[in-house]
Amino acid sequence: DDKLLSEPLSHPDFFNVKELFTLKDLFDARVHLGHKKGCRHRFMEPYIFGCRLDQDIIDLEQTMQHLQLALNFTAHIAYRKGIILFISRKRQFCHLVERTAQGCGEYAHTRYWQGGLLTNAHIQFGAGVRLPDLIIFLSSLNNVFHPHVAIRDAAKMNIPTVGVVDTNCNPSLITYPIPGNDDSPSAMELYCKLFRMTIIRAKDKRRQSEAVEELR
Amino acid sequence: QMLRLIYTTTAVQRKNVGASGPAKYTEAFIKKQIEEFNLGKRHLANMMGEDPETFTQEDIDRAIAYLFPSGLFDKQARPMMKHPTEIFPEQRKIQWGEDGRPFHFLFYTGKQSYYSLMHETYEKLLNVEKYQDQLIAQDLPLQKEKRNLAGSRWLTKIELEEMLLEKLSDDDYSRFIQLLEKLTNLPCSDIEEKYIQKFSKELPVQMQKVVIEPLQYDERGVAFSTGEGRRKTARATVVIYDNGTGKMTVNGLDVLHYFPVLQDREQLLFPFQFLSRIGKHDAVCTVSGGGRSAQAGAIRLACAKALRSFVTEKEVEFMRQAGLLTVDPRVKERKKPGQEGARRKFTWKKR
Repeated sequence: DDKLLSEPLSHPDFFNVKELFTLKDLFDARVHLGHKKGCRHRFMEPYIFGCRLDQDIIDLEQTMQHLQLALNFTAHIAYRKGIILFISRKRQFCHLVERTAQGCGEYAHTRYWQGGLLTNAHIQFGAGVRLPDLIIFLSSLNNVFHPHVAIRDAAKMNIPTVGVVDTNCNPSLITYPIPGNDDSPSAMELYCKLFRMTIIRAKDKRRQSEAVEELR
Repeated sequence: QMLRLIYTTTAVQRKNVGASGPAKYTEAFIKKQIEEFNLGKRHLANMMGEDPETFTQEDIDRAIAYLFPSGLFDKQARPMMKHPTEIFPEQRKIQWGEDGRPFHFLFYTGKQSYYSLMHETYEKLLNVEKYQDQLIAQDLPLQKEKRNLAGSRWLTKIELEEMLLEKLSDDDYSRFIQLLEKLTNLPCSDIEEKYIQKFSKELPVQMQKVVIEPLQYDERGVAFSTGEGRRKTARATVVIYDNGTGKMTVNGLDVLHYFPVLQDREQLLFPFQFLSRIGKHDAVCTVSGGGRSAQAGAIRLACAKALRSFVTEKEVEFMRQAGLLTVDPRVKERKKPGQEGARRKFTWKKR
């Protein structure tokens, strides 16, 4: 059992997430497109490649690195049978995100966030609730363009977060930010596909390793 | 130096546990209740001398009403013996498994059944739109069957809460109804008829056509018809015979003897005068209850109802509009405590 858990940690890319995406895929899915110069958040300036005709372009080299780290982290969490919660407050992609979560066997929350869901969980849900072990933000702002309350709550409850941050978002409290576009349907479908593939891959690997251990 | 004693409380600090809400019944408890109910049913059958195998719920109700007679007005306050699933309200069991992972993928939203319902309905909407796109691509006409809009209503908020076992807010409910309306208004929504029917209910037929009874014929061959009427506490039944002279009998006495006052006799004549059939019918009435005026009103209504069979539909409509066929709903209002009568208050004294 210890060996099962410690073995993946010794490799830098145990689940081989690098092969799931290329720079060209990101470009074709319009991940590099940001918002206008006026909407730019101060903390996103290191991730921005440049500005053309007032529209910010996100640096895809950095996005590649961040995406690889984030996918690797989710794969490890899924391998260790952690609970993953997908959050997106974009009404356009609410159905897509819920479908992705259902497909992976994980959980989603694309609706109005009630105040004490994470911080007051024992009273809202019941006595022995298990909180999510990872929260993935497919869009880190809520409908009023403020940072989503769950970022702050997850930081309070010591829950690691992975989040797609656009040029108008604040990446500070997110543990694994992924600078990228969160408004185009193609970009969102790409992210959903990548997360779904990593989680399924990680779970399959876990089942295989358990089967191998049992055979011994 | 002396060791100073530090005072510490030995009593454990008690946490103020608030109200825990409605009692939560465990599955084991409900199972035990069901076993006890079945045992009790067999005992009851033996007591009543019936066969324990074929003892239905109606038999149980009758037996309990016989063994424990109660004069209480509220049916739900009387002793009852019903299956535990009818007594204990349905409750949510624990939502997660042994390893802590919740069963439903929308568990962390808080309102999982409501949001999963919205998710499913939206999925049906997308299906219908996809089908529509396919039809348009093949240049086929979109179906437009006119659905019966007036015959059904959506589930009410309370019924939906019962269905989902969850509390809803008015806003949630209205959003769900808007989504359903959007789905039904699409032209090709016939594909998802089954799903939509889960949330719609048939409206009961509001206007019950009042059946006018046909004329009956007695031994002599004379046509007659009966009518019933009421006013305040008076109840009257009237039999009106055709080919008559205008004689009226009330409780065996002639009209002039029973109703000495002109006003009452005018009331009796009103239906006949309205249809201008004053000397053409005979009437035999029985009346009980009420006072002088109430009995007259009751007989008037009964006559009007009986005359419907002799008369065309148009004249029936005229009678209805004249108010001859409506039951007068005015009854004596009850006296309230703190007042002298129904409306009269006690004399107001300034000091």
